[in-house]
Amino acid sequence: MTRSSSTPPVIDYPLNVIVATDCGSTTTKAILIEKVGDEYRQTYRGEAPTTVEAPFEDVTRGVLNAIAEIEELSKRKILDGEKIITPCRDARTGVDIYISTSSAGGGLQMMVTGVVQNMTGESAQRAALGAGAIVIDVLASNDGRLPHEKIERIRSMRPDMILMSGGTDGGAVTHVAEMAEYIAAAEPRPRFGVTYKLPLIYAGNKDAQPQVRRILGEKTALEVTENIRPVLERENLAPARNKIHDLFLEHVMQQAPGYKKLIEMTGAPIMPTPAAVGLIMETIARREHLNLIGVDIGGATTDVFSVFDGVFNRTVSANLGMSYSISNVLAEAGLANIMRWVPFTIDEQTLRNRIKNKMIRPTTIPQTLDELQIEHAISREALRLALIHHKSLATGLKGIQQERTISDVFEQQTSGRTLIDMLTLNLIVGSGGILSHAPRRIQSMLMMVDAYEPLGCTMLSVDSIFMMPHLGVLSTINEQAATDVFVRDCMIYLGTCIAPIGQGKEGDLCADYEIVFPDGRLVKDQLAFGELRLFALEPGMKANITLRPAKSVNLGTGAGAAMTREVMGGAVGLLLDGRGRPLQLPAEQSARVAALKKWFNAVGLYPQG
Amino acid sequence: MAHSYTPGLAVADRTVVRRRRLLPLPGTLLVKNGDVVTSHQAVARAELPGKVYPINLANQLSIAPDEITDYLVKKQGDAVQKDEILAENKPFIKWFKTEVRSPVAGTIESLSTVTGQVLLREPPRVLNLLAYIDGRVVETIPQQGVVVETACSLVQGIFGIGGEVWGELVLAVTSPDEPLGPAHLAPNMKGKIVVGGSFLPAETMARAKELGIAGLVVGGIHDKDLRALLGYDLGVAITGTEQVGFTLILTEGFGTIPMASKTFRLLSRHAGQKASISGSTQIRAGVIRPEIIIPRSSSAGQAPSEMQRAGIRLGDTVRIIRDPLFGKIGEVSGLPSDLTRIPTESEVRVLEVTFAEGTRAVIPRTNIEVIEGA
Repeated sequence: MTRSSSTPPVIDYPLNVIVATDCGSTTTKAILIEKVGDEYRQTYRGEAPTTVEAPFEDVTRGVLNAIAEIEELSKRKILDGEKIITPCRDARTGVDIYISTSSAGGGLQMMVTGVVQNMTGESAQRAALGAGAIVIDVLASNDGRLPHEKIERIRSMRPDMILMSGGTDGGAVTHVAEMAEYIAAAEPRPRFGVTYKLPLIYAGNKDAQPQVRRILGEKTALEVTENIRPVLERENLAPARNKIHDLFLEHVMQQAPGYKKLIEMTGAPIMPTPAAVGLIMETIARREHLNLIGVDIGGATTDVFSVFDGVFNRTVSANLGMSYSISNVLAEAGLANIMRWVPFTIDEQTLRNRIKNKMIRPTTIPQTLDELQIEHAISREALRLALIHHKSLATGLKGIQQERTISDVFEQQTSGRTLIDMLTLNLIVGSGGILSHAPRRIQSMLMMVDAYEPLGCTMLSVDSIFMMPHLGVLSTINEQAATDVFVRDCMIYLGTCIAPIGQGKEGDLCADYEIVFPDGRLVKDQLAFGELRLFALEPGMKANITLRPAKSVNLGTGAGAAMTREVMGGAVGLLLDGRGRPLQLPAEQSARVAALKKWFNAVGLYPQG
Repeated sequence: MAHSYTPGLAVADRTVVRRRRLLPLPGTLLVKNGDVVTSHQAVARAELPGKVYPINLANQLSIAPDEITDYLVKKQGDAVQKDEILAENKPFIKWFKTEVRSPVAGTIESLSTVTGQVLLREPPRVLNLLAYIDGRVVETIPQQGVVVETACSLVQGIFGIGGEVWGELVLAVTSPDEPLGPAHLAPNMKGKIVVGGSFLPAETMARAKELGIAGLVVGGIHDKDLRALLGYDLGVAITGTEQVGFTLILTEGFGTIPMASKTFRLLSRHAGQKASISGSTQIRAGVIRPEIIIPRSSSAGQAPSEMQRAGIRLGDTVRIIRDPLFGKIGEVSGLPSDLTRIPTESEVRVLEVTFAEGTRAVIPRTNIEVIEGA
C-alpha cells in the first residue's frame, strides 16, 4: 500500500528530544522539547528572520539560524554544518526528530468552486479552511456573477490550488461540467513557478468525474477524490482535506524557495501552520470534552477555530490584523466602533493618521499608555469582526430537509444555523502577539471578554509564546508529548468570566453572589449592573460560586434561576461581569469615557498615571 | 548571536539599481543584452489572450446539449464577427426560427456537448512592457523579460499610490518643512515630478490633477485626504494600480511631517533632471516601497547596490517612527543590551537617541529606522 505524503511516519524509537520550527511570513520560531523525568517540557526557544525571500531565497537558512540560537542557549549540539543531527547521539548531542509547520510566503492560497453557493460552495470552503488554507474566492453557479466575469476572476487570481466541488453523487452533471469549462477557458496559473501545472482537486459528483477529467485533465494537475457532499445531509470533508495536504507538500511546497531541502530535513510531513493549530485545538476539545473557541490574531490575518459538540470549524479573516491589516480593521469596523473602547478623547484625524502610520511601519510597538489603549481598542474590534465571520461559516448544513414536530410550531428555525453557542462555550483560547504579549494578563482577558461577550460561565486562556503550531504537528507523531507541553508550558489559564444575560439600569441589582475560596474564605455580596469585579484565584485553584440573579436576569439556567458552580482560577482570577448582555456602552461621549475608566480601574487594567 | 536589524529606507546619492521587467505571461523580447534603453521604450511584448464569452446554445435554442453541433453554423476554431450568426434552428414555419448571434468579434474556442456551451474568445490584446528607467539591459530572461541597470540617485518613500511615471524633477518649495500649497503649482509643471515639503493638502491634490502633474513627492498627507482622493478607505497597503491622475509618494508618513533634510537636499540637487518614480507599495513579507530613481550619466566604479546592514550602531542617524516623537531625527547615543521597562509596562530592548538640540530620549528599538546611505 502506498502511503499518502501527508501521513505521519511510524517512529519506532523513543522520542526524548524534539526540535520543532514554525516558518512564519516574517519570523521562524524554533522550540526544543525534552523529556524530563516522565513528562515532556518545552525547554528552550530561538527565533530568526524567515529567509524565503531575496537575497537568501532558502527557508532552511532561517530554520538553521533559529536552531542555532537554541544550540547556543541549551549548550546542546544540534547542528552538524547544515544538517540536523538525528537521532540523539548522546545526552548533549543531536535531537530525536525535527518537525516543522509553515505559513511562509503567504501560506496556502486556494480558490474553491461549488454549484450552489451556500451548499457545496460552503462545504468546499470549509474543507479548504480546515486544511489551513486562505480562501481567496468562492465561485458557484449561482453566485450572481455572469459567466465571463467568473472566467475573468479565475484568470486574474493566482491561487496555489483549486478545490472543485458540486453536486451530490448521482445528481446532474451539467453545472459541474460548466464550471470545469470556465476553469479550462481561464487557464489559471499558479502563484509560484511558471512551468508547472496548477494543482486542482475535484471532489464533486462522482458521475461528473469523466467529464472533469476530459476538460481539465490536460490543463491542470488534476486529482480526483471523494465527493465532499455525497448526499445533501452529509459532509465528507476528510478526503478532500487530506488531498489538499498531499498536494500542498507535493506541488506548492516544492515551488517555494528551499522547501525541498526542508522536506528532507523533517522527520514528519510539514503542515500548514493553521492546520497544525486546528489540530491541537481539536485535540484539547476532545480530551477535555469541551466546547471551545480559539483565536490567533496576527499582524495580517485573524484565524478563528471552534469545536462545538465535536464539530471542528476554522475561518480566516484574511484582512483583519494588528499591523499589516490594522487599517482594514478601521475600514471594516468604522471609527465609532473603535473609539467606543478608548478611555479618552482623541480627534479623528490624529487617530486615523496614527493607524495608517502603524500600517506602513508594522513592526513598531506602542510606547505610551494611550497608544497601547488604542491598539487594545482596535484589537477588540478585530476579534469581534473575526468571530462574526466565523459564526457565519461555522453552521449546520444548509438546504437539508428537517423533520419538524408539533412542538416546533413556535420555533421555526431554518437550516444552517450557526454552531457557535456562547452559552455552551466552555473555553476561549487566545493567541497572537497582542494577546500573548499584553503587559498585564488582565488586558488579554478583558479584550477577549469585550470582543466575544461570553455568556454564563466561561474559562479563558492564552498561548504563552505561540507554540501551538509546533504542538499541532507534534501531536501527529506523539500525542503525549504534545499534550504534556501544551498543559504545562503553552497554555496559560487566565481564569473564569461569569457574565449574566440581561440588562438593567446602572446600579440596579444584577445578582447576589457567594464565593467560597479554597482557603475556606466566604465572600457574600451583590453585583450591580454596570459593574466589573475581579477576585484573585490562583492558577490550578478552584472556588465555589453561587449566584442568585435578579428576576429578569439569566445565567444560562433560565431567568431568575440560581446557579452554583465550581470555577477555575488562573493568572487573572475570577471576573464577574455585571455590564449586561448584550454589552452596551453609554452613547454619550463623557459617560462612555467615565464608564470605561471605572471598569478599567476596577480590574487594574492599566497602570494609574 | 542574534542581532537587531532595522532596515531603513534608502536615500543614496550614488548607487546602482537593477529592475526586473517581467511580462505577466510568456512573450517576445524586443531588446538584447547590452542595449541602452530609455524609460518609455518597450523592452518586451506579449499578447494577452482575449476575454472569454460563454454562450449556452442549448438553452437559447431549447435543444439538448448533445444536439448543438447539428445547429451550429460555424465550427470550432472559426473566426466570427460581432452579431454574426453562430447557430440557428430550422423550423417548418419561418416565424419560429431562432438565431443565436455572436456578442463579440473573435474565434470559437470550444464547444461542449455536455453543457451545450460555446466559448468565444476575443482577439488577443498586445501588451508592451516598458523599460521604466533609463539604463542598460544587463540580463535577458527568454520569453519573460529583462533586467535593466542604471547608475542613479535613489530615494525610497514609505508609502505611495499610483504606477510608474517619469518626468523632470521640479522643486516647488524652498525648505523641507514647507507645506505644498496649491499656489506652489504652475501650469509649466505639467508632466513633471513635483517635490513638496512637509504636507500635501487636498486642495493641492486637486490642483495637481487639474494641471496634469505626473508625480508628487512630499513628507506627509492626512489619511482623510487619501480617503477622499481614492474614494475608499485603504485597508491594506498593497498599492500601485490606483488611477488618481498622478503618482504620489510619501517620504515620511501620515500627518504633517517635514521631509528628512537629507532626502530634500538630495532631491534639490537633482532638480531639472529626469526621474522615474513608482508609487507601488506592498507592506507584507517581500516588502516593496515606492521609489524615486534619478539616472546619472556614468556608472563607473559602482557596484549593484542591495544595501545590507549588520545592525544598529552608535552614531547612526535614525528617524523615530512612532508617537510621541514620530518623525524626529537624531543620532544613536546609547545601545543598552538589557531589557528596559517602558511606560506601557512592556519590557523591550531600547536605544538612546540624541537630537540636534541636545535633548535625549529612550526609544524601543523597533520604533526607529536607520536612514540608509547616511
